[in-house]
Amino acid sequence: MIEIKNLHKSYKMGSNTLHVLKGINFSIDEGELVAIMGSSGSGKSTLLNILGMLDEADSGDYTLDGVPIKNLDETKAAKYRNKFLGFVFQSFNLINYKSAMENVALPLYYQKVGRKERQEKALKYLEQVGLKEWAGHLPSELSGGQKQRVAIARAMAAEPKVLLADEPTGALDSKTSYEVMDLIQKINDAGNTILVVTHEPDIANMCKRIVHLKDGVIVEDKKIKQVRASAYV
Amino acid sequence: MRFLFDSNTWQEIFGSIGKNKTRTIITIVGVLWGIFIYIALAGSAKGLDNGFEKEFQSVAMNSMFVWAMRTSMPYDGYKTGRSLQLKLQDAETIKNRVPAIQYIAPRNAKGVFGGEKANIVRGQKTGSYAIYGDFPVYTKISTKKIYDGGRFINDEDIEQSRKVCVIGERTQKELFEKDENPIGGYVRVDNIYFQVIGVHKYTPGGGFESDGDIFIPFTTYKKLYNTGNNVDFFSIAAYDDADVVKAEADVKAILKSEHHVDPKDERAFGSFNLGEMFGKIMGFARGMTFMSLVVGIATILAGVIGIGNILLISVKERTKELGVRRALGATPKEVRSQIILESVFLTMVAGIMGIILGAGVLKLVGYLTKDIDMPYTNPTVPIPYVIGALLIMVILGTLIGLIPAQRAVSIKPIDALREE
Repeated sequence: MIEIKNLHKSYKMGSNTLHVLKGINFSIDEGELVAIMGSSGSGKSTLLNILGMLDEADSGDYTLDGVPIKNLDETKAAKYRNKFLGFVFQSFNLINYKSAMENVALPLYYQKVGRKERQEKALKYLEQVGLKEWAGHLPSELSGGQKQRVAIARAMAAEPKVLLADEPTGALDSKTSYEVMDLIQKINDAGNTILVVTHEPDIANMCKRIVHLKDGVIVEDKKIKQVRASAYV
Repeated sequence: MRFLFDSNTWQEIFGSIGKNKTRTIITIVGVLWGIFIYIALAGSAKGLDNGFEKEFQSVAMNSMFVWAMRTSMPYDGYKTGRSLQLKLQDAETIKNRVPAIQYIAPRNAKGVFGGEKANIVRGQKTGSYAIYGDFPVYTKISTKKIYDGGRFINDEDIEQSRKVCVIGERTQKELFEKDENPIGGYVRVDNIYFQVIGVHKYTPGGGFESDGDIFIPFTTYKKLYNTGNNVDFFSIAAYDDADVVKAEADVKAILKSEHHVDPKDERAFGSFNLGEMFGKIMGFARGMTFMSLVVGIATILAGVIGIGNILLISVKERTKELGVRRALGATPKEVRSQIILESVFLTMVAGIMGIILGAGVLKLVGYLTKDIDMPYTNPTVPIPYVIGALLIMVILGTLIGLIPAQRAVSIKPIDALREE
């Protein structure tokens, strides 16, 4: 599903150049649930941003679902993001003046899906994350866990090839974190490819594979036995 | 273009506008105020314009008066300081030799520029009024509204030197009882009995006439006051498309040559050119219209710039939202169009509200000033002005929306998302 070869990325900080990614090679198959771990500054967020086409690599190849991703202009990147990717952010990033349902329906709007169909689909995905009865509520009326579940529903609504989650539990307490991870595991069980960036070992252990990043290189890439989050809930 | 008519686009815009109420209201107020000022000013200027036009409607716009004075230069064997006297035959000469002239009315008057007012007696009641000796053609130059049942002097009155008169509405009030019909009644004008044939309605503005004037046939006047062929002044109307200023100069040149006056003598004949005056006043009114346009458009501009400013701030506030939208697949074009459409839509809504408010206020002012004696009538804004204003707003709204829109897409989605 995802193929990365010799990926480099550096940032210019004044006169210094900060080499963040120093040649990353890895691939992810369909249906995997991968945790990308590393301490802060290890380059894990940069990697995710490049995977998410929010940022571009300096060199290296990136193939997503057989499509080489390079030389993207903003318009093309936006279309690929809309078609291939779903995002879940640490700070939820829901649009605060839109109801839960409208938030979930937003990626469908950019897919030019009709209003009625949009609402139906949004409700369907809200139901999957167990928030159907909260459809009309604004994000400010939801708890942190609920917001993240709405965000996950939004990411899923576009039916993406890959779900990218950047510290999805970073702003949640452990109980809510497990609930969210439970949801992510269920989505994965249904066959979706998911990438989770985290620095919490217990969250990483709930994935099926852990990629360890340190100073811009992969130091460890191992399959693990998944810990079911439902055991904690 | 299809994007413009997509109901989804508008839902998204209504959503974003409707959910940020304070911002929307503040934005709207700026432009609303601008267009309101524009409409109110333009309408008032138009009202002034209409008012002036109404003031002058009783007099032909291109008319003038010419009278004789004294020479100030010796000429042709005559010494300086000679009194000049217009004659009836001058009218014929002028009419024949100045093609620009449509009507010329020789007039005699007493009690206006000099001489005593005529003493009018009816039974026990008396009054003194200015009296004019006139030809029927005078009404072509200065419209005289005659009340029902009456008429102005006609050709037969002139031919037969009839002792008939047209009195003013004030004279009627002062000499006749309230419900008495003055037509056919008799009044004594300087001891001669005259039959009243009409009562004229006084229309204010544009001259020296009053509501007490008495008009009698020119020929009767001549006999009554023994004036022979003397004429006090000419009322002259040029054709609508003629150059009144040139006609005035031509008339005076002919009079100078007829009366043996030095062509360079500027003081021999006096004249007053209503057309020129009217032109000046209309020029003033046009100036006012222009001023109001400039001020109005400047105010609109300020309002639209205000919208731009607020949108710019709101784009900053919404950086994250726009970042999320772009992460979810909004193309830069979609983001840009959304911001511009928000700008245009807000401008339009504010503009239309301002137009309605302005029109309402104009209506109110028009109603309140209806009975006040000032040159202000029917203040309206011409439709092209309104359409022009709306067009300006759409264009300005788009242009000003471009700045925040460009800013919105110039931020990388990754930076937008990182912003806390």
